[in-house]
Amino acid sequence: MILYVISVGLSVTMGLMGFINLAHGVFAMAGGFLLSTAMARWGMPFPLSLALAFLAVAIGSIVLERLLYSRLYASGELSQVLFSIGLILVSMASARLIFGDQAAPIFLPEYLRGQLHVLGRDFPTYRVFIILFGSIIISLLWFGVERTRWGAMVRAAVDNRAMAQSVGINTRLLFMLTFALGSGLAGLGGALGADILAVQWSYPFEHLVYFLIVVAVGGLGTLRGPFIAALLIGVADTACKYWTPEFGAFLVYAATIAVLLWRPQGLFGVRA
Amino acid sequence: MPAALQTEKLCKSFGALTVAQNIDFRLEPGARHALIGPNGAGKTTFVNMLTGALAPSSGRILLNGEEVTKKKQAARVKLGLGRTFQITSLFPRLPVLDNVALAIAERDGLAIRMWRSASSHREILEEGRSILDALGLADDAALPAHDLPYGKQRLVEIAIALSLKPRVLLLDEPAAGVPTDESKKILANLERLPADIAILIIEHDMDLVFRFARTITVLVQGEVLLEGPPETIAADRRVRDVYLGEGAHA
Amino acid sequence: MSGYSVDSRLRWTEVIPFVVALAGFFLLPEYLALGARILIFILFALSLDLILGYAGIVTLGHSAFFGLGAYTAGILGAKAGIADPFAQLLLAGAAAAALGLATGAIILRTRALTLLMLTLAITAILLEVANKMSSLTGGADGLSGVQVNAILGLFRFDLFGRTAFLYCLAALLIGWWAVRRIIHSPFGAMLTGIRENRARMHAVGAPVYWRLVLIYTISATMAGVAGALLTQVNQFVGLNVLGLEPSGDLLVMLILGGVGRLYGAFVGPVVYLIAQDYLAKQYPEYWYFGIGALLITVVLFAPGGILGLIDKCLQLFKQKSSAKASAR
Repeated sequence: MILYVISVGLSVTMGLMGFINLAHGVFAMAGGFLLSTAMARWGMPFPLSLALAFLAVAIGSIVLERLLYSRLYASGELSQVLFSIGLILVSMASARLIFGDQAAPIFLPEYLRGQLHVLGRDFPTYRVFIILFGSIIISLLWFGVERTRWGAMVRAAVDNRAMAQSVGINTRLLFMLTFALGSGLAGLGGALGADILAVQWSYPFEHLVYFLIVVAVGGLGTLRGPFIAALLIGVADTACKYWTPEFGAFLVYAATIAVLLWRPQGLFGVRA
Repeated sequence: MPAALQTEKLCKSFGALTVAQNIDFRLEPGARHALIGPNGAGKTTFVNMLTGALAPSSGRILLNGEEVTKKKQAARVKLGLGRTFQITSLFPRLPVLDNVALAIAERDGLAIRMWRSASSHREILEEGRSILDALGLADDAALPAHDLPYGKQRLVEIAIALSLKPRVLLLDEPAAGVPTDESKKILANLERLPADIAILIIEHDMDLVFRFARTITVLVQGEVLLEGPPETIAADRRVRDVYLGEGAHA
Repeated sequence: MSGYSVDSRLRWTEVIPFVVALAGFFLLPEYLALGARILIFILFALSLDLILGYAGIVTLGHSAFFGLGAYTAGILGAKAGIADPFAQLLLAGAAAAALGLATGAIILRTRALTLLMLTLAITAILLEVANKMSSLTGGADGLSGVQVNAILGLFRFDLFGRTAFLYCLAALLIGWWAVRRIIHSPFGAMLTGIRENRARMHAVGAPVYWRLVLIYTISATMAGVAGALLTQVNQFVGLNVLGLEPSGDLLVMLILGGVGRLYGAFVGPVVYLIAQDYLAKQYPEYWYFGIGALLITVVLFAPGGILGLIDKCLQLFKQKSSAKASAR
């Protein structure tokens, strides 16, 4: 679920802007650090910190986009890959300098700790919360994309940017906002998941492969794709680690290769 | 004598959208044939199927009597089918001479040689230069392709196609986007092409079409509306209806 | 650099790197270990440049071949008792070639992101395998005690790294010469064609897929040999030869030097590894920051790398002097 929230933003930005942004994990990490700092140092309550994580990362990403990313839209794939690697390195180094080597500590508010007793089973409250929250986000996203005018414009631009422009859609603004949304979501995901996926300076690199897998397997530019992919990967990963610990992540990689060979555009992607 | 290029009941659908329906088409050896039709009629789709860039949903394609329906692009090129693209598709940063040399090397099977240097292959360079010369591009041989004016780039397109010594040549809007004075040059060059090559051009420039073609096929909404010599086509009411609705000059 | 319009005779400037290397050998004997490492990475970078700079295939998985070559040599020397250096190189190269052929044949049907992902996945799998099969590979501790006999029975690998350096230099010389030949040949021109306009290459009858598989396999073989050299020189192989890091590092090195220019593969590793040797020890936290910032700067402002910048300066210089000449 966490994987999804973080990755859906990546799917949209990559599908929309055709920009290979490997540094997406950076935004997630930023969100996680923000949450931790907000709560621990500034004493902000949890919901407010979450909101802060989302907004601050979104705004920060706009700055980055305007300054840096936008120069590379027309450049080849290689430049984009290299740029995002550079960004990852810079952010990781900065994170290490600022926050040191430890993972960011997260103190969940009282009402989210402990267990919930549902249907005769015990579930950790926080995880339930995440699932619920995540579902709300998904629904909002789905609603926003499928039903609103903004969503229609995004979908049009994903489909055919030149066409969208000539119809009068301000693609630059659209991209900027969508990128902000995608990155904000990453920040939110990072913050939400900070308890589970520990946030530390090596975060973007560690989880890069997973984010990319979710996006590539799910299909670029779709909402459903990363959702299903994240679910599958999450389940597969846990299952594999449980049943065949010797193989660990091996099966996830193998499965990724299999899926991508069978459907190179991802499970739900559109063939370019 | 088998047709240079022939299709039998060629069809193509994308889901519910049919872009080609039962197209029976014959291109005779040495033909000067034009394919016209309003936008969206399916002309480029048809050409893509002919070259192998797109697979038909059903039907057959024969090149010099040999069935090529399932063959890939590269195989059809080896059998003598050449094409140019509607949107100029050159090697933009490479010199014009290289653009042509690459095609020649492929044709003669020299492209896999890893030992001797490319520039020492005199035969390739000389042939390349003579093709460029024939098209009036001799002075531009060393320039990067994207530095040339657009009209000349279209000529480089044709040069590359010619380098393959095709028996059938498909020209997809050779004069597209070219200013009128330069398109006269293109027409002049088209008229000088060897008589034994069968040429099919797709064009909207009716001037060029009526001066160049001896046979014209009209394609509308994926189906052949009419086929015949230019006078017949020009006189036909249906063609004028279809075209005057587009505001073209016939 | 490649193509039919390029004069391909050897220019004196092309010999400079080797002269510098030999000079280094005699003048800087304390740095021979670093020197050998640089030479190995130049070879590795050359192999990547073949597919990245010339054929235009963006991959993050080249370390798979490097690592496979390294581990093959390591296992041969430490476990299988095959200690002849040339045999190790040969088998490492063969293993890498086999992997290159197999993976290339599968993944080169795809493009862009999918291809990138697949290359990542492959190298990640290899890393996992190496990690888990610790009885064979030494797992996280690495494989030490790799036996390498004296070269030709005469030159033993000495403690000062003299033999190692010259050995690597010889290997680099051969590799460089082979790459140079390929790049200047019609095959090299054809690769450039694929990079510049793949659709056009299809339309002139080139079986693009098979050509790419061929160059991918050649490139993999070179990378494998480079990996084996590393193992032989250190008599040790660890997990750091696999995974995303060496691929990423190599990519940075190549970009730094300049992609698709043959000699970018020389300049990049030299600059990167020397800087790393000095800076990463002094200021480790700032090293990644610096590299990242440098990468961003290069991508945005100097996409041709160091050699590209030099080219531009030379061009400006020529323009200025010809402007002066015509102004008179």
